[in-house]
Amino acid sequence: MPNTQHAIELLRFNTCGSVDDGKSTLIGRLLYDSKSLMEDQVEALEKSADITGGGQINLANLTDGLRAEREQGITIDVAYRYFATPKRKFIVADTPGHVQYTRNMVTGASTANLSIVLVDARQGVIEQTRRHTFIAAMLGIPHLVIAINKMDLVAWSEERFQEIRDEIEDFLPKLDVFRDVKFIPISALNGDNVVDVSKHTPWYPGPTLLAHLETVHIASDWNLNAFRFPVQWVNRPNNPTDQALHDFRGLSGQIASGIVRKGQQVAVLPGCIKTTIKDIWTYDGSLAEAFCPQSVTICLEHDIDISRGDMIVGLEQLPGMSSELHARICWMSIRSLQAGKKYLLKYGAQTVQAVVTKVEGRINMDTLDLEAGPTEFRANDIGVIRLKTAKPIIYDGYTTNRLTGSFIMIEQGTNATVAAGMLFPPTEAVKPEYTDFAI
Amino acid sequence: MSSYHLDHLQYLETEAIHIMREVAGEFERPALLFSGGKDSICLLRLAEKAFRPADIPMPFLNVETGHEFPELISFRDSRAKELGAKLIVRTVDEAIAKGHAMPAPGEVSRNKLQIPVLLGAIEEFQFDCAIGGARRDEEKARAKERFFSFRDSFGQWDPKAQRPEIWNLYNARVNPGENMRVFPLSNWTEMDVWQYIRREHLAVPTIYFSHERDCFRRGGQWLPVPPPHTDSTKPDPYAGARPKPSEPIKKMVVRVRTIADMISTGMIESPADSVDDIIGEVAAARVTERGTRADDKASEAAMEDRKKAGYF
Repeated sequence: MPNTQHAIELLRFNTCGSVDDGKSTLIGRLLYDSKSLMEDQVEALEKSADITGGGQINLANLTDGLRAEREQGITIDVAYRYFATPKRKFIVADTPGHVQYTRNMVTGASTANLSIVLVDARQGVIEQTRRHTFIAAMLGIPHLVIAINKMDLVAWSEERFQEIRDEIEDFLPKLDVFRDVKFIPISALNGDNVVDVSKHTPWYPGPTLLAHLETVHIASDWNLNAFRFPVQWVNRPNNPTDQALHDFRGLSGQIASGIVRKGQQVAVLPGCIKTTIKDIWTYDGSLAEAFCPQSVTICLEHDIDISRGDMIVGLEQLPGMSSELHARICWMSIRSLQAGKKYLLKYGAQTVQAVVTKVEGRINMDTLDLEAGPTEFRANDIGVIRLKTAKPIIYDGYTTNRLTGSFIMIEQGTNATVAAGMLFPPTEAVKPEYTDFAI
Repeated sequence: MSSYHLDHLQYLETEAIHIMREVAGEFERPALLFSGGKDSICLLRLAEKAFRPADIPMPFLNVETGHEFPELISFRDSRAKELGAKLIVRTVDEAIAKGHAMPAPGEVSRNKLQIPVLLGAIEEFQFDCAIGGARRDEEKARAKERFFSFRDSFGQWDPKAQRPEIWNLYNARVNPGENMRVFPLSNWTEMDVWQYIRREHLAVPTIYFSHERDCFRRGGQWLPVPPPHTDSTKPDPYAGARPKPSEPIKKMVVRVRTIADMISTGMIESPADSVDDIIGEVAAARVTERGTRADDKASEAAMEDRKKAGYF
């Protein structure tokens, strides 16, 4: 039996835009036209069309999975969809457009390689467009697509397309940098330039949306600089039947960035202990080297006291270590954030207590400027704060490392996740006075 | 393509291993739901990859409806033994006998009765977390579920108040009495599961492969004829699941695509007798996996309603 599966890449993307920009319709269209829908799904769609849609198939019903969503015709929560073409596999996060659900957009977009921001060609750029583009940039999503939708309702006007494009390009320089930005004129409802090339846009020389998703270069999206390994779990076999495992002491985790090799010198933080990688253990055998985002179990040359939450790092490009933090956050709770309040902060595999020492400013979504003055954040506000943690944390700037530069804030008592935080780069790297380990 | 590169299965694998280790790191008393079905078979391999050479640091838990395929039960038991894991089984029958579960009059399927049994087991063993093999591509209410899915002290899922899940930072905190369901395979599709089974050379129960079986037609599906009722001192556990005189029995060449119990699993006609054949079949399939599940066909919101009440 031939093994026909060659290595296929996985692209994760999310769709965002304001209510009724046609996000769910677009995903429905991608699934429908790429023949990723099954007969019973089409049947269920047609059944609901007879009942609620006056006979017309409603592609949005494919992703709106909760009863309240179907009843109200809106998307409440992030819905994930999966489809594949012969070129790539895709994970799609359909993220809601209502302003009160910005937190779900952050959820859906935080793991994405690419964001699609939908713009209604009739309405042009609105606050939501700026907000979603800003969040995508802030989250460090490498690739951006601006899909200008409902082009059929503006008579496929190239001028209108260019006008919206100019307006967006005007504010892009204010944002964190995307690796690439693509503008595509589409009609999700009719399928133009989604999977099939539109007859109506001879003036648009670029690829269809799917062709772009299939070819955009994502191989370098993972960070292979500066080795970082947050220890998740200490692996110590209790009663090993294998004698060789009696002294086994492994540190299990997922490589957050960089490459690690057997024999390499590393530092263990926060203890500032220098040691050497003895083995990179995996179920499938030892590795000579491992890289981000592999999950491995590292054995060190010396028997050091290490526990969950510690970090093993390469000796070059050391991270910061501080209990005074400076970060951008997206606030997600209906109870407002105020200076002086205490929260739990989870980063890497560690949870610590933290107090908000200062609210520095809030982003004005119309101008995208940081405005000083507010003393609290309400739900969906994005701004800059200072925090003090109960013990120093080891971190990088979010712009250099999405995994070691991020945190979530948890409200004590309710355990609600109330904020997503992105750290500014440390003002200085940790200056370790190494204990060279000697037994 | 650079050598520092993961293909899609390796990516899904490392994501799932990370999640399993978070469970081990964050919870006091986790359990792993293992039915012997294909998804939970993948979970066990991921648990081996996450925790070896140490023991898998959690027991396996299974809820039996009493209508299981015997092949599945024996596979489940032997696999748990092979891995040296503790297997806890709780049954709907026991729960009915103790009065913890009450069958609705006339309802043949015991699918919903699994809910109180599962919640009872969670309470009995004080589990604060249960890892399950559910996938988001199975069903549209599942498509909205988080990796770490919070349940209140009644075991309920509130889809409107889910915790946002950002990057790979999972908020695993629960208060006493509350618990978490964790789904490491959330991002896997049916195809990914079979490709992983092939790559890892995993054994699966024989009912996934083509075999001859007596079936009958009901509700648009081919249902298996249950084993004969031999113990006349007890009521027939399959009463209601047996073909009526108006439902002729047909010998067919079939297999299962997804397994619930015998009452809610439609058989599909298929000659596929190897993992490669199954992968070919999945690639060419024109109906979803859950299209063969009678329990999901009840209504458009059937899964959502069961999940809110505490279903897997």
